[in-house]
Amino acid sequence: MKMYLSSSFFSSENIAILQDSFIPLLKGVLSYTIPLTLISFVIGLFIAVVTAVFRISGIKILAGIARVYVSIIRGTPLLVQLFIVFFGLGNLGVDFLKFEPFTGTIIAFSLNTGAYASEIIRASILSIEKGQWEASSSIGMSYFQSLKRVILPQATRVSIPPLSNSFIGLVKETSLASTILVSEMFRKAQEIVATTYTPLLVYVEAAAIYWVICFILSLIQDRIETRLNRYVKT
Amino acid sequence: MISTQKISKQFGDLVVLKDIDLEVEKGKVVVVIGPSGSGKTTLLRCLNLLEQPESGLISIDQQSIDFGKKLSKKEIRSFRKKSGMVFQTYNLFPHFTALQNVMEGPVTVQKVNKTEAKKRAAELLTKVGLKEKIDVFPYQLSGGQQQRVGIARAMAIDPKVMLFDEPTSALDPELVGEVLLVMKDLAKEGRTMVVVTHEMKFAKEVADEVIFMDEGKIIERGEPVDLFERPKEERTKKFLNLINQ
Repeated sequence: MKMYLSSSFFSSENIAILQDSFIPLLKGVLSYTIPLTLISFVIGLFIAVVTAVFRISGIKILAGIARVYVSIIRGTPLLVQLFIVFFGLGNLGVDFLKFEPFTGTIIAFSLNTGAYASEIIRASILSIEKGQWEASSSIGMSYFQSLKRVILPQATRVSIPPLSNSFIGLVKETSLASTILVSEMFRKAQEIVATTYTPLLVYVEAAAIYWVICFILSLIQDRIETRLNRYVKT
Repeated sequence: MISTQKISKQFGDLVVLKDIDLEVEKGKVVVVIGPSGSGKTTLLRCLNLLEQPESGLISIDQQSIDFGKKLSKKEIRSFRKKSGMVFQTYNLFPHFTALQNVMEGPVTVQKVNKTEAKKRAAELLTKVGLKEKIDVFPYQLSGGQQQRVGIARAMAIDPKVMLFDEPTSALDPELVGEVLLVMKDLAKEGRTMVVVTHEMKFAKEVADEVIFMDEGKIIERGEPVDLFERPKEERTKKFLNLINQ
């Protein structure tokens, strides 16, 4: 039985399926998985910085808005958020709120990333010693000058490992977009399985591709860390 | 050059400064000594508005700030430029080289053009004896060298007075000398300086006036010879005895 399984797994027929499915899967990666990840992460990061600054600003109303936003996003599943943005808002009958699947995914993912990353950035900002704020004020810098020139550049270094976690997580979470028919890699895999009836084979192939992407990303993370660590004692 | 009138500061119930009156004339060096918790550091930080007193008046170089009123951020910033602050823990910007640390104030705050700021920063670093270390990151410098960069950074904004908050307290003993030497040079040039320190030898040699503080008040002040050799107040005597042991 065992012999039969393994020999059938690597049968010429299966190898042909792997080969035939590779190009469509790769297409899904290049035209959706990667763009979704990159765009959502960049927008999410921007939201995150603003949210983090709101929280530490000491202005009650801004800090309150930031708190509520983070609480809602962290307290609800990403899949549910995606459905609310795409199906929920789409069903309101307001043209403005009817999104293409791709756009809907970007909105949901950016908001999600923004909330999680804002906590990372907030923690990174707070990890910079008070003396850095004092030194920059003492030479006459304003709050935003200090933030931009002194605090954020240092906070970036601290935040790279946890932000890389978020980024790598996001690559995999794009598979959720398959549920609203975005033709990203996992959706493609499902379509292939529907015609070949080889779920193990094709899903393992998809998993392997996710792993390779994430592996490359962790190599990039290492390079960024090395670069940003150039000014600290190792 | 500097004068404070009745500045008072509290942290919660704790009175840190009580009706402090201080006068520092142009070109003079005033050294503030006192036990820890005496309020000497807070007084210095008030001059740079890193702490804000609850009441009183501070003026530096003809600009006055009245703490009875609400201060605008702009007012605070423009007042800060009057003084350059040197910190006990240096607080250099670790992600900038020595040169960038010194250039930062002029370029970002005073909008001096980069070439000019660079030239001036290099001159200042040369002056504090760090010509060779211009392009080095702070972590590659010894404590004494870092503090000298700190002094150059504070001077780069062309302050009217220099404030030193225990500038040698975090240093290994063998590195104290090089920092004091730079400070002595500044004093000789006629810089107005307020120095909080435990270096009594420095105080004796360089100070025009020594102020002894305890419990948020100025207990005694005078020329170094008088204050160190013939202190009048009991508390000053006690303190000097303790540190001379």
